Amino acid sequence: MSRLRHPWAVARGLGSAKEGVAHWWAQRVSAAALLFLVPWFVITAVSLVGVDHANARAFLAEPLNATLMLAFVLSVTWHARLGLQVVVEDYIHTPWLEVALQLLVKFAYALAALASVVAIGRIAFTA
Amino acid sequence: MATQQRPLSPHLQIYAKQITSTMSILHRMTGIVNALGVLVLAWWLVALASGGEAYAQFLAVAGSLPGQVALFGFAATLVYHLLNGVRHLVWDMGLGFEIPQVYRSGYTVIALAVVFTGLLWYAGLSVGGAA
Repeated sequence: MSRLRHPWAVARGLGSAKEGVAHWWAQRVSAAALLFLVPWFVITAVSLVGVDHANARAFLAEPLNATLMLAFVLSVTWHARLGLQVVVEDYIHTPWLEVALQLLVKFAYALAALASVVAIGRIAFTA
Repeated sequence: MATQQRPLSPHLQIYAKQITSTMSILHRMTGIVNALGVLVLAWWLVALASGGEAYAQFLAVAGSLPGQVALFGFAATLVYHLLNGVRHLVWDMGLGFEIPQVYRSGYTVIALAVVFTGLLWYAGLSVGGAA
């Protein structure tokens, strides 16, 4: 029966191709977004040095600022997660440690993204 | 079959240091540092949303000497990674692969990184009240 299956059906999903260029492309797309968002964030961060809590919060509560901060946080957590994944793949060759670190990276940056989104949402909606 | 005495590719320790390989590994290292900075960013946002006390706690850590060293460090790694990232995106478009071009773009990135990091440090020190 198995010989009636096309060889593709057996080969697909195996080998080095697995996910194709999705990871590579996602890293470039997030990089392109960060090309614009990082300068905005850097200027924002410097302008908020020495600003008290109420005023810093009020600044981020502005819809445009909250939107850009959301865009920045989501792009940068995505980009960082993809990058750290490759670093672990390249340098950690002990199987259990590699799996543990990959999980740690995924969980840490998912949590960072979620916490940031909740924080920005709370600031924007309770201003 | 006897093992032939074939030439081996040079090991990293005896490989002549080049700006190309140095900048490549710097891109990774600054990327890793920036990834740590992302976690600090999340802490800042959560503190800002949590209230005055949590924000004061964040500012106390950020304003301490190790905190300031970290923040100024993040400024440098962020600037370098962003500028060298542009270089990588240009390569991804298939441009700038000739060796003289690779060196020129490399030195350009280093010069711009020094300038922008300096500007950013100056701005940070100015608004921080130190300069």
